[in-house]
This record gives sequence, structure tokens and C-alpha cells, in this order.
Amino acid sequence: MSFQRYDYDVIANWIEPGERILDLGCGDGSLLRYLGEVRQVRGYGVEKDPERVLACARNGINVIQIDMEEGLAGFDDGFFDHVIMSLSLQAMHNTQGILKEMLRVGREAVVSFPNFAYWRHRQAILNGHMPVSKNLPHQWYNTPNIRFFTIADFDDLCAQEGIAIRERLAFDEDKVITDEPNFLASVALYRLGRSDTPTG
Amino acid sequence: MKEQHSVGIVVPQTAHFSDPLPLKSGGVLPQYDLVYETYGTLNAARSNAVLVCHALSGSHHVAGKHAESGAEGWWDNLVGPGKPLDTRRFFVIGVNNLGGCYGSSGPNCINPATGKPWGADFPFVTVEDWVDAQARLADRLGIERFAAVVGGSLGGMQALSWTLQYPDRVAHALVIASAPKLTAQNIAFNEVARQAILKDPEFHGGHYYEHGVVPTRGLALARMIGHITYLSDDAMGQKFGRALRHDKPVFSYDVEFEIESYLRYQGDKFAGFFDANTYLLTTKALDYYDPAFAYNGDLVAALGRAKADYLVVSFSTDWRFAPSRSREIVYALMHSDRRVSYTEIDCPAGHDSFLLDDPQYHGVLRAYIDNIRL
Repeated sequence: MSFQRYDYDVIANWIEPGERILDLGCGDGSLLRYLGEVRQVRGYGVEKDPERVLACARNGINVIQIDMEEGLAGFDDGFFDHVIMSLSLQAMHNTQGILKEMLRVGREAVVSFPNFAYWRHRQAILNGHMPVSKNLPHQWYNTPNIRFFTIADFDDLCAQEGIAIRERLAFDEDKVITDEPNFLASVALYRLGRSDTPTG
Repeated sequence: MKEQHSVGIVVPQTAHFSDPLPLKSGGVLPQYDLVYETYGTLNAARSNAVLVCHALSGSHHVAGKHAESGAEGWWDNLVGPGKPLDTRRFFVIGVNNLGGCYGSSGPNCINPATGKPWGADFPFVTVEDWVDAQARLADRLGIERFAAVVGGSLGGMQALSWTLQYPDRVAHALVIASAPKLTAQNIAFNEVARQAILKDPEFHGGHYYEHGVVPTRGLALARMIGHITYLSDDAMGQKFGRALRHDKPVFSYDVEFEIESYLRYQGDKFAGFFDANTYLLTTKALDYYDPAFAYNGDLVAALGRAKADYLVVSFSTDWRFAPSRSREIVYALMHSDRRVSYTEIDCPAGHDSFLLDDPQYHGVLRAYIDNIRL
């Protein structure tokens, strides 16, 4: 697989070799495949879409076809080292529920999402249109995204839910943004933990 | 074009075993025959063998056609050249299970000790016993390790059991439309079916062969009950609805609704070729199957011995072996650190979906099987 997203390296750096990984909304399994290659993880993907499940089967990825909107009831507490949700949180109805579930079945959660407060998106709104970009490729009428939130919003939610932000990296394309990420970053990646457990 | 994808005319073979087979019930089969078919060629490394396990009414005749009857194998849409289980790559074996009525030793065969048909004296056989017998056939065929063991429904239980009884002898298990054990409701359906047979006046305690009769009424009823549970409500509704043979009620117990006609036809047809004692034995094997029983119900602990990789498949409208039952297997395998994939196929046909060739279903099977390394 030649295609590799810049966020894959960030995620890989947060993962120790041989960990148990759950990837929620795993698509065609390319992230898990990458983590298998560079971190030898024991990986499982969760995916609802039949086409993507088929792609995972072709890619030799362990995929479990369930609807994660219904929670992760079948998964034991703390079984996974990391539970990943890459660029899917904005398409989930049950935002708080799935974050809680991720930190129940995993020691840590890794979440990435498009930052709707990115300056180009603000510019689009000022110009009178919903943003369409590389990270938000859909039109308003056909987007799978249903939750429109920003880095600042997500920080607030974590504080409210008692979720510990262990690390946060923000990007504009593949460039790391340290100053004013809520304005200058198009995508954010978070490493999250339960605030009642020691930092890992 | 279709012929290119059939394995063509196939001839069943019989293997005789004279070493006694100890059974889970405590009994012993002193000697026995297994009827089987093979498709494709065993490679030099003997690494490409795939065992296909049959369900309640299935047989060793998985693929191809029999020369005289023209009967097509029950899973011919899956097994053949260019099909998802491709016989150009794999050496595929179908076996009629012990207690069956298609040539392997069963109640309708002669008991060597008495010279009369076994009838009700044929010992109870379990999923585990079938797997043990299949392993002996594998020994006979020079197969140390199966690339895969595949089965649907009761066949899926055998595939799962293979990975627990012979963890070093199976690389992949495909467990389709199956369950880790039956529910009370499932056992209840089986019990009604058995009672229909046992209460048939022509059953004669299971020794009907000696009376020259067959408990066809009981067996047909058993099949009718089973058949209802293999179809979904929607599929039955779509196919028959409330269609009336005479366009209006005629207030009779003869066939009025088309579904009645269909069920009677299916029941009578089945009773014409299947053996009632085999039906009894096989439903009991289903009821008894419970690999977690010896582990206080802990399926994860029961699966601890397994070394295989798994594909688990369920069907959205299957209420006899519902998707939730397959997920029990999946989660237990995952929590045992086994490699496992699971798909729930959206298919309207109920439990019988596993015998159809839904494109998504066969697509996933093909993708998974293509990735099996030999």
C-alpha cells in the first residue's frame, strides 16, 4: 500500500510494538495494515459499510462488522491498549457515548477530526458558503458529517466529560501547527485517557 | 460458461475404518464407514486441503453432479473452478457424518453385531465425534493440516470444534450462520420435531426398518417445523403472503393457503429420502454442542486452545442462528487474541441465506479464502 496519510506516523508514534489496537470506522483497513507493519500490533477494525468490510477482507485485516453507534457492548473493559477513531467522530450521532466507550474498552483513545474553525473554513462561511476542502470534501447536502465542532469545542467537551488530554497535535496539511491551532490547523489528533487513571 | 465453473461429474468414495471410535457419550463404534467426495488436487506439500462440513440434512455431496441422478452438490455455488472456494487452488473434501443416511455408518446400516439395521441402537454421536471421525479420514488421505475447515449452521459448529479439538491441524475456520451453542428456543424447535417422529405410530421405537415401514408423517412434520425456522418472516410473506388456492376461504383442512401447500410439499419430499433416526440423532448433536460447558460457560476459556484464524458470517434475517449468536463467537475469539473477521450479510432469506450466492456474502468469502496462504 503506497498511499500513506501523514497522520499515520503520529498515531504510530503513540503506539508501542505488539499492542492490541481497535480502529473504529477502519475504512479499508489501511491504518491497521500500516500499524501492523511498523508496530506489529494485534489489530481489529470496526466498520459498518459492506464495501469497506469487503476491502478489509481483501487487505487481510481483522474487521468486525457492527454499528458502533450502538456502542461496544461486546468488548471487555480495558482489553485494548489503544482505541482509534480517525476522522470519523464528526460523523457519529452519539459523540459522548462513543468517547466513553472508547475509554472503557481501551487504556487510551486516539481521536482525529477536521477542525471546523480552520481559517479557510471561516473564510468560506464569511463568503457565504459552507466549507469544502481536502479534509471536508463533501457538499453540505451529501456530507456524512453531522457534528460540526472545533478544537476549542473538543477541549471543552473533554474537560466536561473528565477526559484527560495526554497529547494533542494539530496540522495544516502535513505541517505541524503549534500557534493558534484553532485558527490555523485543519485537522487535530488527540491522545486521550481517563482522568482518574495515571498517565501512561 | 456455467459448466466451466462446475467440478463436473463426481463419484463418492467410501473409507472403512476398523479401529474402534470412542464416542463422547461413552459408547464406542467398533467399526464404521465414511462416505466422502473430493474436488481438486492435493498439492505436493499437502497444504491445500479444505474440509467442508455439512449441516442437518446435508451430505458429502458438496459440489459437482452425480452421473446417474444428476443431483447437484448442496454447496455447488461455492465450490468449483473459479468459485470462491476455488478447486483449481484447493483440494476440497466433503464427508457424510456418522449417523447419517447417505452411506456413512448410521442407523439405516447393518449393525455387524446383530446382522440387523442399527435403528435406535445406533449410538448417540456428537459434533466432537464427527470431528474425530473426520480427522481419521484426514489421516487416511495424508492430510496433516487443513488450510481451512468450512461449515454453515451445524457445519459451522464442526468448523469451530475442529480448531478446539485439533488446534494444530487447521489454519483457518469459516464459521457461517452458526452459534456457540443452541438457545432454549432452538432446542425447543428440535424437540417438537423429534416428538413428531417419536410419536409416529410407524416409528416402532426406531426399528421401523424391520417392519418395512417409515415414519414419514412424523418426519415430514419435523421438516415442516424446521423449514419454517430456516426462512424469514419477510421471505415467507413475500413468497406466499396469504395467497389462497381457491381465491376465497372454503372452510376446509385441505390446502387453502399456498404456504400450507409449500410446507406439505417440502415435508413429504424430505420424508421420501431422509432417515428419521438420522434426524433424531442430528438434532440431538445440535442440542448437545456447547464447547464452553466444560469451562463453566466461559467461551473465552474454551477457545483458549485455538490457534486458527477465523471468518465468522451471519445473516441479518436469520432468527434460527441470529447474528447476535455469531457475535458471541466473534467477541470470544477476539478476547482470546485470535485473528477474526466478522460480517453480517444483509440478506432477506433467513437461515437458508448461507446456501445462496449473495454477492456481498460470496465476495467476502472469496476475499478471505484468496488470502489463505498455502
